[in-house]
Amino acid sequence: MDILGIPLQALLGQLMLGIVNGSFYAVLSLGLAIIFGVLKIVNFAHGAFFMLGAFTAFLLAQYMGLDYWVTLIVAPLLVAAFGMLFEFLFLRRLYGLDPIYGLLLTFSLVLVLEGGFRVAFGSSGQPFATPEQLRGTINLGFMILPLYRGFVIVSALLLCLVTWFIIERTSLGASLRAATERSELTQAFGINVPRLITLTYGVGVGLAAFAGVLAAPIFHVNPSMGSSLVIIIFAVVVIGGLGSIMGAIVTGLGLGVVEGFTRVFYSEFSSTIVFLVMVLVLLLRPAGLFGREEG
Amino acid sequence: MPAKPSFKTLVVSSAVLSLGSIASAMASDDYSDGVVRIGVLTDMSGIYTDLSGEAAVEAVRMAVEDFGGEVNGVPIEVIYGDHRNRADTGASRAREWYNNDGVDMINDLSNSGVALAVAAVADEQQRHAIVNSSSNIGLTNDYCSPYVTHYTYDAYSLAQGTGQSIVEDGGDTWFFLTVDFAFGIGLEEQVSEVVRDAGGQVVGAARHPLDTTDFSSYALQAQASGAEIIGIASTGADAINAINALAEFGVTPDQRPAALLLWYDDIVSLGLDTAQGLLLTNAFYWDANDETREFSQRFYERTGRMPNMAHAGNYSSTIHYLNAVEAAGTDAPDAVSEQMRELEINDFFASGGYIRDNGRMVHDQYLWEVKSPDESEYDYDFLRLVTTIPGEDAFQPLDESTCHLLNGN
Repeated sequence: MDILGIPLQALLGQLMLGIVNGSFYAVLSLGLAIIFGVLKIVNFAHGAFFMLGAFTAFLLAQYMGLDYWVTLIVAPLLVAAFGMLFEFLFLRRLYGLDPIYGLLLTFSLVLVLEGGFRVAFGSSGQPFATPEQLRGTINLGFMILPLYRGFVIVSALLLCLVTWFIIERTSLGASLRAATERSELTQAFGINVPRLITLTYGVGVGLAAFAGVLAAPIFHVNPSMGSSLVIIIFAVVVIGGLGSIMGAIVTGLGLGVVEGFTRVFYSEFSSTIVFLVMVLVLLLRPAGLFGREEG
Repeated sequence: MPAKPSFKTLVVSSAVLSLGSIASAMASDDYSDGVVRIGVLTDMSGIYTDLSGEAAVEAVRMAVEDFGGEVNGVPIEVIYGDHRNRADTGASRAREWYNNDGVDMINDLSNSGVALAVAAVADEQQRHAIVNSSSNIGLTNDYCSPYVTHYTYDAYSLAQGTGQSIVEDGGDTWFFLTVDFAFGIGLEEQVSEVVRDAGGQVVGAARHPLDTTDFSSYALQAQASGAEIIGIASTGADAINAINALAEFGVTPDQRPAALLLWYDDIVSLGLDTAQGLLLTNAFYWDANDETREFSQRFYERTGRMPNMAHAGNYSSTIHYLNAVEAAGTDAPDAVSEQMRELEINDFFASGGYIRDNGRMVHDQYLWEVKSPDESEYDYDFLRLVTTIPGEDAFQPLDESTCHLLNGN
């Protein structure tokens, strides 16, 4: 059976790949949305933290001989700690100023991190082996799916749901949301808002780093692996609605699929399609698909 | 209070000073602004940094040092700049160098888009450009110039090497994964021609943007095409990601990837496990003979890495340019062009190499195969020579070139 001259089988295959890519978009844009929601900072360094996650895992495996499963936990924690230090030392000073300052600071961090890793490891990247348990493929009937990609989908979605649950359904999430909306009032209730903010930044950065470790066996670890993604992630967050947690997750997955289909029909357009969707959404629903107009 | 200089000291010192300036004027009369200045325009921060980048600058510096730092008593200076893989940035930097900074020759020029743009500026400004790191054969065809030399390799030589040998080996249906700019498209065209000439068939192509990380979708398309050979018309990180994706999706046993432009550095990055058995057409390999080993050892000591063919080409072409300046006794571009085409190139990089009227440097190319991890006996022992392609066969025959400098065009 053909749809628009493309065999159904090929379309299903691309759908699956779209979901894999969408999983990365979802985890990354989730972190970005949380950070923007709470800190009101446009975290341009999100892609760099993604790259840092991959490189940290690479270095832990290479020089300390750590197992992939250990690095999957340890690397995001280390990068999150680095992110919290960055928030504590630098980013904190910019709250309440024009968002452009935050953007400039985080962008400069991108240049420093990417430049540093390029000098140290070169531009063509380092190989990162797929964990042994996940080598091999499964035949889905319409495509041969590498086992590891299946693992990416499952773990990314699980992580997204857990994060969503914590923010929307627990008391920690409740104080977090309170701090976002009325930070002074929240502080009056005895909640340490600055610490909560640092923690939030750490979680956002940790999510990016986790996605980085997930991506390492697929994309080859190289210094620019984050910068090609970060622009798309921004578009995802804008389309989903700034600050909307569920919006970021659903839009991330959806755009991955849209992009995958574009690769089949008109490959040259695949790097542009996300932005076309963004333009349309901004025209029709300026607050994004899941956003609320601020009154 | 310091003593006032006497009248006598003033006379003597001004006489000495003027003598000095007369002497230097005599030496540099034939040399624009008294210096031969070489600019290395390369990718210092992007996807092709590993292929040329800082090591390319170092190769040119080595050549200048080996040449003695001066030519006919005139000092040689090396400067460098980053074109950021953008043709407009490259072209405006070249224009600034030629017009304001007295640059006589621009070397390296990674990225075909940049190389074509800079070649146009070189032609217009009548100054030299030597292309070592890009492949587009437009440089010796429609965009040829008496001031532009295409030195190390080109898309034609890649097609004759890797493309031809795979076709001869029986791979006659092809699908291309092509990077969407001058380099990839030019390479795809050249190889398609070789495939069709041999009676083969090109069943399709997918174009991807420069610096793509995710090739899974293209890998599926390649699988679906049913072609025997998946030709990868990209290089550096793109080619590495493509090869990995094809390996990951387990292209069916009757499909094989063929990387059309692999660099020595790509093998380092891929690792022998993944790269073993791949073919590459390279003009230079560090471990080919005693001369290449001697150069590579010195290069390694300075940069901490083994040179690839572009680095070797940067060195060799700089020496050749300086030889031409020395023979011409001037850095006047026309006289140097004439000498560059007159003099033969004999060094570790080329033997009996010469530059044709369309700017093509003709020299032997080599087809290599990547060793398996078991075959590799020492550090950087990666390649095995398959065959040597004589210069005359490796490059486009002159009668096929559309260059306006050739008779009859």
